[in-house]
Amino acid sequence: MTRTLIKGNEVITEAALAAGCRFYAGYPITPQNEITGSMARRMPEAGGVFIQAESEIAAINLCFGASVAGARAMTSTSSPGFSLMQEAVSYLAACEISCVLVNVMRGGPGLGNIQPSQSDYFQAVKGGGHGDYHCLVLAPATVEEAYAFTLLAFDLADKYRNPVLLLADGLLGQLMEPVDLAPPKPLSLPARDWKLDGAKGRKPRLIRSLLMEEGVLEKHNYKLAKKYQSMAGEARWESDPQEGSELLVVGYGIAARAAKAAVREAREKGMKVEWFRPQTLWPFPSEALREAAQRAEKVLVVEMNLGQMVEDVRLAVEGSVPVEFFGRPGGAVLPPREILEAMQRAVGKRIKVYADSHIPKTDMEIGTIPASFKKDVSKGRPTCADSHIPKTDKEIGTIPASFKKDVSKGRPA
Amino acid sequence: MKLANLKPESLTETPTGYCSGCGHGVAHRLVAEVIDEMGMRENTVGVAPVGCAVFAYDYWNFDVTEAPHGRTPCVAAGIKRVLPDRVVFSYQGDGDLASIGMGEIIHTANRGDNITVVFINNANYGMTGGQMAPTTPLGMKTSTTPLGRTAEAGHPIRVPELLNALEAPVYLDRQSLHDPAHVRKAKNALKKAFRLQVEGKGFSLVELLSTCPSNWGMTPQDAVKWVGVEMVKTFPLGVIRDKS
Repeated sequence: MTRTLIKGNEVITEAALAAGCRFYAGYPITPQNEITGSMARRMPEAGGVFIQAESEIAAINLCFGASVAGARAMTSTSSPGFSLMQEAVSYLAACEISCVLVNVMRGGPGLGNIQPSQSDYFQAVKGGGHGDYHCLVLAPATVEEAYAFTLLAFDLADKYRNPVLLLADGLLGQLMEPVDLAPPKPLSLPARDWKLDGAKGRKPRLIRSLLMEEGVLEKHNYKLAKKYQSMAGEARWESDPQEGSELLVVGYGIAARAAKAAVREAREKGMKVEWFRPQTLWPFPSEALREAAQRAEKVLVVEMNLGQMVEDVRLAVEGSVPVEFFGRPGGAVLPPREILEAMQRAVGKRIKVYADSHIPKTDMEIGTIPASFKKDVSKGRPTCADSHIPKTDKEIGTIPASFKKDVSKGRPA
Repeated sequence: MKLANLKPESLTETPTGYCSGCGHGVAHRLVAEVIDEMGMRENTVGVAPVGCAVFAYDYWNFDVTEAPHGRTPCVAAGIKRVLPDRVVFSYQGDGDLASIGMGEIIHTANRGDNITVVFINNANYGMTGGQMAPTTPLGMKTSTTPLGRTAEAGHPIRVPELLNALEAPVYLDRQSLHDPAHVRKAKNALKKAFRLQVEGKGFSLVELLSTCPSNWGMTPQDAVKWVGVEMVKTFPLGVIRDKS
């Protein structure tokens, strides 16, 4: 099989077309523009519909219509655009409409920047839109996996009649890697017996989420809840079990690749480390993670944000193992070396809470290589109590009083 | 002797839940009659708005989907692009189309998507209790303009005239439902708009001036009179564009 050197964003287009996606609508936003651009070229070749929509709101609603009419439909965007789509995501889930959504995350909040980030984890897995609902969330870490997970996303969307979110980031979107663009294996999926294509020889169909009659909406929510429960088996992860680890390092997407490099180096230095990567963020592979955590003395969660998935990791391990966090927000990429430092801090140090996560003390540190990089890492960083919590309000504006407490006494109420 | 005015097949038996004197029932029926007359009932997909007419799907006897508020033309355009040989229309109120969905209607019209838009203008937000709509005439009292709409709350928006600035729309018309003669004209306008879609001509929109006696604080009789005498001053009736 020939392998093609291709960009993460472009491989998503190729996978969508291979999966039979014949409708795409999108709005320009960096760093996902290569998806829209390649769709504009490739979709007409496949005989499908490409629309450059006037907004992300229009894009996802055009997909809503296309999917209602029976087509496999996809839209793609980046963080601020995905915020705009949340209304329709809620409707898609409520109306049980299959649709594939792609968020190539960038730094936030607000307009943020166009650097890669993982700061939309909460939005992706905890809702984002209104009401009780869930999207299936797939988090590829390589360009090859972006291809495989895009194929999978279309099948899961049809299997469950639910929106499926491919959660990538700007780095993966721009990265070029060799991929085997193998066609998908045909699956037997439920017929789209809910699509609206004219009531020829059948009763008219209705797609709606407005359920005003007493108790009907509650029932509908329980029906959806059962469906979400049935998705538990879709949890996917990658791990390399090691008995008696000092540390379990957990990360997803591109951060997990940096973590993997750090783990490799740590092992060379003699540390006993295990590694775990959730490939689905919803459903979250909680049980597999709990098992892995039982083998380790501590867990370190690594993310390109201020600590979001770490909450699900803590829920998964249920306090059985100390869970620490290391991450950088605002579009900062995590160099393996910095992760290695965090791993060294984690091992042999007392439990740290969220407020201890690395907050640079000076502006100089942000956006440049922290001075600590130049130090001999074997000495480790100063303890968090000395270094990570700004000592005066002036340092970073106003710090809540609770942050100034001695963190060794535990988390503030 | 022949029975006239039988229930169109495109309407269900469900009695409408609209207020006395509301125009939606008439408009729903006109749409149903036109679809029946074209023989397209089994070939039609409707898109209902958010607002009073969200319940249209209980009354129409063909495939209908709801859409998020104002995104109605996007959903309709998405369906039509996938199923170009079906009759696809959006049915929208003035808040749905001319306020929260203004961007969507302009760009759908500008792309010339081959759908029909039935636009019901009753000068207020009926579903939520009679707030000012983008089409509320100046001076009209609503629950959010208790002293009457002033210019600083915005002037009433004439949608077909606005869309007439675009190249793509094929047919833009404004009719009224305030008396039988105008109802017949409204039906002819709808008929033409749907026919143009079947012929593949492109985007068409028919605005229908309608009544909302409950929120206007009028009797149904006074409400139709007000449309015929007052509302038409702000929204003059007639074809705004016909490129067919």
